[in-house]
Amino acid sequence: MSGNGSGNGAGPVELPLTKADFSSDQETRWCPGCGDYAILASVQGFMPEFGVPPEKIVFVTGIGCAGRFVYYMDTYGMHGIHGRAPALATGVAASRPDLSVWVVSGDGDALSIGGNHLIHALRRNVPLKILLFNNQIYGLTKGQYSPTSEEGKVTKSTPFGSQDHPFNPVSLALGAEATFVARTVDTDKKHMAETLRAAAAHRGAAFVEIYQNCNVFNDGAFDAVRAKGQKEQNQIRLEHGQPIRFAADGERGVARGADGRLELVDVAAVGEDGLVVHDAQRQEPSLAFELAHLAERPTGPTPIGIFRAVERPVYGAELSAALEEARGKVGSPELEALLHSGDTWTVS
Amino acid sequence: MDQKTVEKIDRVVVRFAGDSGDGMQLTGSRFTDATAVVGNDLATLPDFPAEIRAPAGTPHGVSAFQIHFASRDILTPGDHPNVLVAMNPAALITQLGAVEKGGTVIVNEDGFTDHNLRKAGYTSNPLEDDSLDDYQLFRVQMTSMTVRATEGIEGIKASDAQRCKNLFALGLVSWMYGRPTEPTVHWIEKKFEDKPPVRDANLAAFRAGYNFGETAELLAVHYEVDPAPAPPGTYRNVNGTQALALGLIAASVRSGLGLFLASYPITPASELLHALSRHRRFGVHTIQAEDEIAAANMALGAAFSGRLGVTATSGPGMDLKAETIGLAVAMELPLVVVDIQRAGPSTGMPTKTEAADLLMALYGRHGESPLPVVAPCTPADCFAAAIEAVRIAVTHRTPVILLSDTFLANSSEPWRLPDVASLPEIDPRFATDPAGFQPYARDDKLARPWAVPGTPGLRHRIGGLEKEDGTGNISYDPANHEHMTRLRAERVARVSVPDVEVDDPDGDATLLVLGWGSSYGAIQGAARRLRREKDLKLATAHVRHLNPLPGNLEDVLRSYERVLVPEMNMGQLSRILRAEYLIDVESYTKVDGLPIFTADVMATVTERLA
Repeated sequence: MSGNGSGNGAGPVELPLTKADFSSDQETRWCPGCGDYAILASVQGFMPEFGVPPEKIVFVTGIGCAGRFVYYMDTYGMHGIHGRAPALATGVAASRPDLSVWVVSGDGDALSIGGNHLIHALRRNVPLKILLFNNQIYGLTKGQYSPTSEEGKVTKSTPFGSQDHPFNPVSLALGAEATFVARTVDTDKKHMAETLRAAAAHRGAAFVEIYQNCNVFNDGAFDAVRAKGQKEQNQIRLEHGQPIRFAADGERGVARGADGRLELVDVAAVGEDGLVVHDAQRQEPSLAFELAHLAERPTGPTPIGIFRAVERPVYGAELSAALEEARGKVGSPELEALLHSGDTWTVS
Repeated sequence: MDQKTVEKIDRVVVRFAGDSGDGMQLTGSRFTDATAVVGNDLATLPDFPAEIRAPAGTPHGVSAFQIHFASRDILTPGDHPNVLVAMNPAALITQLGAVEKGGTVIVNEDGFTDHNLRKAGYTSNPLEDDSLDDYQLFRVQMTSMTVRATEGIEGIKASDAQRCKNLFALGLVSWMYGRPTEPTVHWIEKKFEDKPPVRDANLAAFRAGYNFGETAELLAVHYEVDPAPAPPGTYRNVNGTQALALGLIAASVRSGLGLFLASYPITPASELLHALSRHRRFGVHTIQAEDEIAAANMALGAAFSGRLGVTATSGPGMDLKAETIGLAVAMELPLVVVDIQRAGPSTGMPTKTEAADLLMALYGRHGESPLPVVAPCTPADCFAAAIEAVRIAVTHRTPVILLSDTFLANSSEPWRLPDVASLPEIDPRFATDPAGFQPYARDDKLARPWAVPGTPGLRHRIGGLEKEDGTGNISYDPANHEHMTRLRAERVARVSVPDVEVDDPDGDATLLVLGWGSSYGAIQGAARRLRREKDLKLATAHVRHLNPLPGNLEDVLRSYERVLVPEMNMGQLSRILRAEYLIDVESYTKVDGLPIFTADVMATVTERLA
């Protein structure tokens, strides 16, 4: 089969689009039970609703298990080198504003070897949808600790426990001046679809951290917000303009304590009016930061949803269009004039 | 009026030297423009410290600019200045060694204070002792005369006025060599259009210097250098960076591909970023990336998207780009990587030249990852070499490394402007037909289709993992990897490369001097002089394509008893030639951060033929 050069059906795609139009015929090769399958299904399932024809979509990935994602999407795709996907994708997005460009990366790829590219893509507000599959471990290299692994993590490379303090990816993205920052969970189909929808609609760089279970090397890392029986208590759903409540029947909430810091409270104790109302659209990012640090680790109540969604000029879009227009107007006469510019002299 | 003697000379080398804040580069480039207008042939060489403003008055803060101009065809900026203009003791102490014995030394006497003498490391004043007896010394109070000339200009303090002393020096030397004043006056008027006091001060300083030459009894002789005979055409003066920028723009126009340059600031390649950033009218898209790796990846992403992707760097930047260049080899996408070589290893000497990245360009990636390498040989040749690099990259779907160097980038020469219609056309041949499309299908050159995002029916994924030929599917099949490895090598081997041309006037030379890169001028100049002055028989040839090598090269090498390869490295091309052809070429190497000079080649050839 010429799978890499076409989708399930070769040739141009007919409307309306279906999930199958975005599914390549390549055999998925993640471990059975990997969280990546659920994410792939959600992304492929979202694409028809997104409404952009597959030939106008480019997926760009780096190295690691998440890097293979690109081969399973029947769009245009580049599987780059370790950590550099945001830079490759910046080259695509900056030169071709007509395309929808998606980056899929892992915690090692995006936050360790490629940390520099991630923060610069975010601060530039390059129109990229960046999906960070965070499993808090190096999977493809068979189980070393990652920049999001907890302190004391025992792995093959840290038999005595890791000494490294981990990154909080949402906090890092906010620190990099990201205009859209969200978090979702691999198996939470509905929430993931909502998050992808919001990210896709955002103008500029959208950063989505996805808690992704690695059932081989780090199983259960996100049980508190992922496993049945726990997630109901621990997922703090952030909804713009709504008081922040969680747990069964919304009996718990987030309020500002006497010292000015956010704290988890019983709603009954402070009353609905005493809860903090989420404002993702506030330009000033302090509330988003506070929420990012409400849970340093996803081991108890943890915010899920959109932390920040603000407007800022989008990188490159207008410039690129203007440059292409300018280029269309120049040819040999203009080149001739350019070569002859400056001080010239003639020998006859 | 003119009681002074006019002496006709056919060539002269002048070096301006001063503190890095003294404006010596500006002085040199203004003098160059005035010289170009006269119609002399010329070549220039700026030489400046890596520090922006090293401590004033110290030897390591000296900035110099050398120009060689002549009434005949010349090839290099000259080995030894005939004239040195030294603005302070540090300039004198660092530059005097290069000046020919009996040469002219013009000093700014005001700069020779006790303080400056000490900072330069002099224990006694060289203007007072006998250390300059071998030279014609002219002591000129440039600073004080500049201050006097600018008195009365409103808004100019004495401290501002002192900063115009370089224009005084320029005026003086312009008089000495009969340079027209109009280009400089015009330039000053335009440059300082919005600052009338600064404009007037600079004009006053320039005219004062010129008039001083004309009237002072100190200088009894001035010189005339006739225009050099040159092929008919329109000329302009360019350095290697300007020519490279224009070449890339020309390649963009001739291919219809939008030029996309991503670079990270690094000396000396930053100049290319600056040059191209000004050309938005030609649709040139430039990005200053967060690092060298990002710059290479952005250019590659743009290439995937159907743009002419270019990244430019120097020295350590090449190390950082290596992995991405390997990715471009695997992805088989057109990408031009410009390497303005500088002295290494590591940070090395950022402003000094070297040509020691050849083996790295050829082999500096893990695995078997061949790619074409092109090296320009003169500043103006950077134009054609850029177009050639783009032609190869686009036609053969491959990254190409363009190996320039610091000397070529900064050095300038007159360039006969080409007719645009004569430039090669480059056809991107984008894939558009979905029927039977395979991303790694092959044409007769073994190049794959360039199918850019947005094209219906051609969706595909490419990456750094080994691919099955044809489908592009990930493949770990042993036979496929063997096939792909050999195919990638063969694809580069099939790049069409012109034969190397040999200059052997009488056809009876026994020694061939074979060069590559910026040594061209020195080798050609040396060959002419050795034939003319010493009646030596020698042939020359220059390799522009380092991979693949010209098809006739082996035959050329075998047709000479001896082959000498001068290089600004420890013998990298020599090593390649020995390995490729089992020919025991002789190597001449120079790694002092300076270009190969005509005298270097003359000396080594003379010694070998003795």
